[in-house]
Amino acid sequence: MTAPAIELVDLHKNFGATQIIRGVSLSVPAGQRHAIIGPNGAGKSTLFNLISGRFTPTSGTVRLNGEDVTGLPPHVINRRGLSRSFQVTNIFPRLSVWENIRCAVLWSLGYKYAFWRGIEALPDVRARTEAILESIELINRRRVQAGVLAYAEQRALEIGITIAGGAGIILLDEPSAGMSVAEAARAVALIRKVSEGRTLIMIEHDMGVVFDLADRISVLVYGQIIASDIPARIKQDRAVQTAYLGTAA
Amino acid sequence: MLELVTISTLNGVLYGMLLFLMASGLTLIFSMMGVLNFAHASFYMLGAFFGFQISQIVGFWPAFFIAPVLVGGIGALVERYGLRHVHRHGPVAELLFTFGLAFVIEEVVQMIWGKAPVDYRVPALLDFSAFTAFSTNYPAYKMFELLTAIAIFAVLLAVLTRTRVGLIIQASLTHSHMVAMLGHNVPRVFMLVFGVGTGLAAVAGVIAGPALVTQSNMAGLLGPILFVIVVVGGLGSLAGAFLASLLIGLVQTFAVSINLSVADVLGGIGVAPPAGGPLFDLWNVTVAQIAPIIPYLLLVLILIFRPTGLMGTREH
Amino acid sequence: MSDVASGVANVPAREALSQPGAAAVVRLAAPWLALAVAFAILPAIFTSGSALTMLSLMGIMIVFALSYNMLLGETGLLSFGHAVYYGLGGFLAVHAMNTIIHDRLPIPLPLIPLVGGFSGLLFGIIFGSVSTRRAGTAFAMISLGLGELVASSSLILRGFFGGEEGVSTNRTKLLHVFGLNFGPQIQVYYLIAGWCLLCMIAMYALTRTPFGRMCNAVRENPERAQFVGYNPRMVRFIAFSLAGLFAGIAGALAAVNFELVNSSEVGAGQSGLVLLAAYIGGIGSFIGPVIGAVLVTWLEVMLSDVTDVWQLYFGLLFIGMVMFAPNGIAGLIMMHAPLWQARAYRPMLRLALVYLVALAPALVLLAGLILFTEMTYHLSVKATEGTTISVFHIAVDAASAKSWAAAAILIAGGFWLFRMTWPVVGAAWHEAFAQARGAGSVK
Repeated sequence: MTAPAIELVDLHKNFGATQIIRGVSLSVPAGQRHAIIGPNGAGKSTLFNLISGRFTPTSGTVRLNGEDVTGLPPHVINRRGLSRSFQVTNIFPRLSVWENIRCAVLWSLGYKYAFWRGIEALPDVRARTEAILESIELINRRRVQAGVLAYAEQRALEIGITIAGGAGIILLDEPSAGMSVAEAARAVALIRKVSEGRTLIMIEHDMGVVFDLADRISVLVYGQIIASDIPARIKQDRAVQTAYLGTAA
Repeated sequence: MLELVTISTLNGVLYGMLLFLMASGLTLIFSMMGVLNFAHASFYMLGAFFGFQISQIVGFWPAFFIAPVLVGGIGALVERYGLRHVHRHGPVAELLFTFGLAFVIEEVVQMIWGKAPVDYRVPALLDFSAFTAFSTNYPAYKMFELLTAIAIFAVLLAVLTRTRVGLIIQASLTHSHMVAMLGHNVPRVFMLVFGVGTGLAAVAGVIAGPALVTQSNMAGLLGPILFVIVVVGGLGSLAGAFLASLLIGLVQTFAVSINLSVADVLGGIGVAPPAGGPLFDLWNVTVAQIAPIIPYLLLVLILIFRPTGLMGTREH
Repeated sequence: MSDVASGVANVPAREALSQPGAAAVVRLAAPWLALAVAFAILPAIFTSGSALTMLSLMGIMIVFALSYNMLLGETGLLSFGHAVYYGLGGFLAVHAMNTIIHDRLPIPLPLIPLVGGFSGLLFGIIFGSVSTRRAGTAFAMISLGLGELVASSSLILRGFFGGEEGVSTNRTKLLHVFGLNFGPQIQVYYLIAGWCLLCMIAMYALTRTPFGRMCNAVRENPERAQFVGYNPRMVRFIAFSLAGLFAGIAGALAAVNFELVNSSEVGAGQSGLVLLAAYIGGIGSFIGPVIGAVLVTWLEVMLSDVTDVWQLYFGLLFIGMVMFAPNGIAGLIMMHAPLWQARAYRPMLRLALVYLVALAPALVLLAGLILFTEMTYHLSVKATEGTTISVFHIAVDAASAKSWAAAAILIAGGFWLFRMTWPVVGAAWHEAFAQARGAGSVK
């Protein structure tokens, strides 16, 4: 039996006296598309920050493909095959779209801190960058400065940067936030395409997107998971309905 | 020996208080506005020179009140017409602006008063010895400096915690947008804080000028130490700045009075000096001679063992 | 930054590489060959001894300023202590030269900058391991502290730093190659020019490597760089060490040029000067620091002959640039790049004319400010030398009210007229861009 892609064991995170994550345990097998939903302030982004190494848990364990990565810095976790996007667009604003993606492919292609090789002479870098840009449909905007892109394009770029390194486990934080219905539909199609064969964990508020994409849904309320099941059963779960609507439907 | 310790402690605490008088203004400005005022020591120098010049005209005591107000006013104008304009270009531009300002202030002071020290004297009223500890006469002026510094801190603390303006400042420290939404004029608060911060530095200059040398290189000598203090204490932490100021004040004062050579100190713990080579000079140097670089050694140590400073918060 | 340009430049370069090999190589090498030719014939144009000295100084400063921009422009690291690596490179070079002379080692002078480079790299690694633990403002303060540490140590370690007089050497006593003893300045100039060209090519090449690209990424968004697998601290550390290497080469070149190194070369003044040069030139492009180095060297030499308070003017120029032109001279030029690319020459000419018209009152204002400054200086410090001074070769009595009134009029009038030209300049600017957009392919 192979180890799950992500395993969280009794994770706690306190900021001073405030408890944000209060005992979260979760197991996401490889290849699953997993959505995390919950009311605002539940701690979803904090959970992502704990998994990706941005914060260190107060207690508990994070395992990536069976290996303990609790407390490791983000770049180490990224090198082990986990990549994430951000709720507030986090790109390289004054670099071009092309440069943004190219920076994201360099480490995974093994170039590391090479200062003795000209980057223009690396065909694999160019090929991979082009491929990613094609898949996020920004190939015609490659010379544009990332900071002046339209919002939806920036979100697409954000996803592009996340997948460019070929990570096996992808965390997407509200990928369709602020998008129109049409833009969200395109984002969903893109996400489905790029998460083929990978493990995807997604934070989302748009229920349409969630039920469209997710194999499994976990519901986070006040720092604890109150339900974790297939979408059909989550829809009918009373505790979830209470948390979202205040009363059982 | 006990005499040495007592006098050095008094002097060290005094020096530390003066340093904190400046470091507190610097930290306040940094916490509020996110910009480290490279020219802070320059305002200290302006305070000393203004104090000198005004005391030549109307005497020490009026100068004591007028000079800091004038310098603080200049600080407020600098914020209003200079720094605010540069803010939109980012933090590097802000720091560089204050760097340029420090440079220009030093040149202007040199231009007007020259490069030699000026004769800024202790006022006759305080020119006696307060007490005699063991065999040394401790000057009353130094007690005056100490008491003034403490009084200013007391007033500051009271203003920050008990007045409306103080509460607004505290709130603006962390939530400037919210404070603006509530109808307060945040830019004006910034101008006030910058003016008061630089005014504090000027007070330190006015009272330290007669005791130390008032010369156009004052800012260049004290500036780096000030920045070491805020980094060692932890950027943005008033308590850290206080600790670091006292620490550096005491350590430097004690070091200056120690005439042992480095060889004596290291020999005491069993390290033998090298026969020759570039570091040979180091062994014959006395601790007093290396006193000026002790703050920087402390900086290096902190960076190795506790990079965010004594009381700094973790950076993301 | 050149990232906008490079976003554009990347693609042409890529297309260039897909062309047959020879054409691509020629296109890449052409600007450097042109530069080499320019370096070679400059002494034929500027023949005086002082010009040759100034060109040599410029060459040294170009290397120094470019090394500084590896930190600030490329990686976003603001350092107030970069002269440490420059100065230590010089000291190690001068000690090496003295050792070579003393022991009659067969090492010729042209290899000495390697000693400087080694020194810069070594100390860059040592101090960088500590400095790069923090970034941003903290890093700036740390660089200041370390700079002071080294500068203060110079009074303690007198053997190495030579005390107040510094350490001197004689560059003609090393092994002579090709009959050159490097006594005459012209030979030293060519040595410096050669090393300058080499360093320029090397530093430019560095920007076009995976490491160089990640330096830009770390500058833009260090957190995002982490989440694509890079440790920002390591990137900064390597950048710091390499910047130290090139600063050390510059320092060694200076040591060869002056045959003397003293502790001011590691001090805050030298650190401030290179910061000024890089910033005024423009930290957002590769060529900016080159422009800044040339300009600052020229100003330093020319102004110090004309007035005693030239450093004040430098500081005011610097503040002016920070406030009104934060991208430096190169940035100001680049702003017009879209016009050039759209081949909108007519609008550009018209714009240039408007600039000239606005320049006139600006010069009046400047003259008034200079008059005011010089008079203040002479009245306060140099009062013993009498009150008549010479400003722009005109005798002015600093004590007379007429002179002060003249200054006031020049300042007020100049400023008022200058202000009136601003809307005109703004309109001309928009006009030019609108025409260019209509005519060609401005983005």
